[in-house]
Amino acid sequence: MASGIRDKVAILGMGCARFGERWNDDAEQLMVEAYVEAMADAGIEPSQIDAAWQSVGFDAMNIGPSGIPTAMALRLPNCAVTKVENYCASGTEAFRGAVYAVASGAADIAMAVGVEKLKDTGYGGLPVRTRGTMFDMIGVVGSAPGNFAQLASAYQAKHGVAAADLKRAMAHVSVKSHANGAKNPKAHLRKPVDIETVMNAPMIAAPLGLYDCCGVSDGAAVAIVTTPEIARALGKKDLVTVKALQLAVSNGWELQGSGWDGSYLHTTRIAATKAYKEAGITDPGRQVSLMEVHDCFSITELVTMEDLHISAEGRGWKDVLDGRFDADGANPCQIDGGLKCFGHPIGASGIRMIYENYLQLLGRAGDRQVSDPPLFGLSHNLGGMPNQNVAAIAIVGMEGA
Amino acid sequence: MSAILSIGAYVPLMRLQRASIFEANRWFAPGLKGLARGERAIANWDEDTVTMAVEAARNCLAGTDGVAVSTVVLASTSAPFADRQNAGIVKDALNLDDAVLTIDAGTSQKAGTGALIQALRSGDHGATLIAASENRRARPASEDELINGDAAAALLVGPGDGIARFVGSHSISADFVDHFRAGDAEFDYGWEARWVREEGHAKLAGAAIGGLLAAHGIEGSAIAHFAAGIPAKGAAAALARAAGIPAEAVVDDLAATLGYAGCAQPLLLLAAALEKAKPGDRIVVVGFGQGADALLFEATDAIAAPRRAIGLAAALSRSRREENYLKYLAFAGHLKLELGKRAEFDQKPVLTALYRNRKAVLGLVGGRCTVTGTIQFPRSEISVNQNAPEIGTQEDYPFAHRRAKVLTYTADSLTYTPDPPNYYGMVEFEGGGRMLTEFTDADPDSIFVGAPVRMMFRVKARDERSGFVKYFWKAVPAAEGN
Repeated sequence: MASGIRDKVAILGMGCARFGERWNDDAEQLMVEAYVEAMADAGIEPSQIDAAWQSVGFDAMNIGPSGIPTAMALRLPNCAVTKVENYCASGTEAFRGAVYAVASGAADIAMAVGVEKLKDTGYGGLPVRTRGTMFDMIGVVGSAPGNFAQLASAYQAKHGVAAADLKRAMAHVSVKSHANGAKNPKAHLRKPVDIETVMNAPMIAAPLGLYDCCGVSDGAAVAIVTTPEIARALGKKDLVTVKALQLAVSNGWELQGSGWDGSYLHTTRIAATKAYKEAGITDPGRQVSLMEVHDCFSITELVTMEDLHISAEGRGWKDVLDGRFDADGANPCQIDGGLKCFGHPIGASGIRMIYENYLQLLGRAGDRQVSDPPLFGLSHNLGGMPNQNVAAIAIVGMEGA
Repeated sequence: MSAILSIGAYVPLMRLQRASIFEANRWFAPGLKGLARGERAIANWDEDTVTMAVEAARNCLAGTDGVAVSTVVLASTSAPFADRQNAGIVKDALNLDDAVLTIDAGTSQKAGTGALIQALRSGDHGATLIAASENRRARPASEDELINGDAAAALLVGPGDGIARFVGSHSISADFVDHFRAGDAEFDYGWEARWVREEGHAKLAGAAIGGLLAAHGIEGSAIAHFAAGIPAKGAAAALARAAGIPAEAVVDDLAATLGYAGCAQPLLLLAAALEKAKPGDRIVVVGFGQGADALLFEATDAIAAPRRAIGLAAALSRSRREENYLKYLAFAGHLKLELGKRAEFDQKPVLTALYRNRKAVLGLVGGRCTVTGTIQFPRSEISVNQNAPEIGTQEDYPFAHRRAKVLTYTADSLTYTPDPPNYYGMVEFEGGGRMLTEFTDADPDSIFVGAPVRMMFRVKARDERSGFVKYFWKAVPAAEGN
């Protein structure tokens, strides 16, 4: 068994652009905004960057092919820049590239840049796109809410939850994230909502209404990583290190095999188990006191609480209604507003989640700072759809934790 | 001589109320009131003559295990392709062996009977599957809009006695232009109904029937079922009267429930006749269009045996009342709705990939691992079987005829579909295998976790730029009565 990534790599600096409908900005301005913050936090010069990973989810109408647009926008020192795409888990994928480069010794300092310019499509929601020649002939492209809404149908049937109860639990997820997002100056959606508004919103893909869906935003986020030794040499004291970094990718079992019932994310369960082992976490329900999960839709967040082994299977909806994941609950989740309210610029989201956990661990989260400093911050970044996806988990924490 | 071995039919689910058509148009065409009774079958947006023919053919072939089809003929005057053999698509959807002859017939309302006669005459060359299918477009506020109906019939004919023995036929051909549609025209151009009735129906069809009876030395009174697919009220009864055929032998023209399905109509009426026929019954079928074809059959003892083919009565009983005339106009392409930007998704066909994968795409053929027995769709080089993936061990495994149950679903109002919301989800097949699929002919009550569904060949998308039609399979509710 590999020894894992635990404590081998430290975060030197992070930055995040304000997410939202950035009508007057290109991907360039978004990247520069996050980059300037991260570089100031890291306290390094561009010449010290050995390699960079660039994540974007939708490329056709975004920055175009290759790592060149990032190298040009940030005027990187002709270092390696690799563009990665792994559906909505692309951000964590870029972070993983940078972390692995440092851990391997191939780079002293590496950077992950995630960016997405979504608000150039002329319509709301994610752009419609091909899923490959064969899939387009025999699959259902559908929409993101339509793909995730199916979780609710299967969860309801499996656990015998009344439709109204599940709808209310899903609404609670969104109400909580709106309350959190209201405190975040960089969040896309900053208006609290009440549960009735959420429950009565127009239907997007049954049973998901408008407020069950996350914001589609422009934005960028940057992480700069190095070894703990170099970080200390650069004057950093309280180090946030990477405890675990796991990706699990569907191999077709859910879509084509037999046994998956459609009510959960198979890959999240695998990635979570591996990540806890890598991080040395034995009791996630108690030890993981801060979570940023992939709440693309309220139902996704709800089932993810079970898939991360925080809630018992079939109990997630009750834990949600009991307030366990609220800002003042036992396991605060989406303290920055999550995808729901911080926004979801695809390529940036995974890095944005780590950014929030990083700020919280260092006590730098301002109005939304959780009172008890967490030991670990878990981020869960999911790409694709329940039947075919990429689950990415990054756990960061204070060095030695 | 040869015989009818089996017969099937397909009628689309929706039945547009003629009163709804009339109400919408009465300000302009109050004269349509006389036709504003009953209902007509209308194709869903994802149906055309090819998909309806496939379903009729599947219904026909359901009870004919082991009969090798050597020829597939599709008769239609409203086929989607002018140059891509429509019968060839039907053949691939039916997952028939490549070594078959496929032929399209059309350009006349008697194309269905003509193709049937031709197939019956060549009965020594194996079994022929003949489908006749129509989805004829008519101008809004025209009489044809009220009269037409969309449907398909399919027959398997071949050597032997079958359920009805072919006795003979008599054809009259004359360039009698009651209506026509030029190659590049959208709609028909017709002539006065009185002339058509007197000079066309009465004389040309009358001559065909008279010739048929005379050739076989049979009195009209010996005919038990008279199936004349002519879209004029009273025409069949008048022809029967003139030929001495008893009034009670006239097969109901389906005007009240289905409408007139062009060249498929005589075959649909034949299906209705065969459902009632007793051994020894003589059946006359008439197709009209630039002359007329008359065919004589004699039901055999096998007609009394229970049949598995899904006939006309079952096809008709699967119905849903539709009162939304605007919806019909949109589905039939008469109304250009604002589709939204999500409809701009590029539907350009990839013809190389379609050909490579035609068994999976057109035939819904998946794979079964010969080592582990794992069943999957689509088939793949490496089996989906977890932890013991076998390589290159799969054999073809057809799914089209297998029933399935809904595993997950949604009704998606965001994604583009001509008939929102878009129902889709995962289904699991009896015997194994699963797939993500669209649900069609669906409604909120019919789609739930565990709901029974069956697969139908439908239009997946149309490429507005090239005009190409992409076909694939979808799940339809299969509760009792469906």
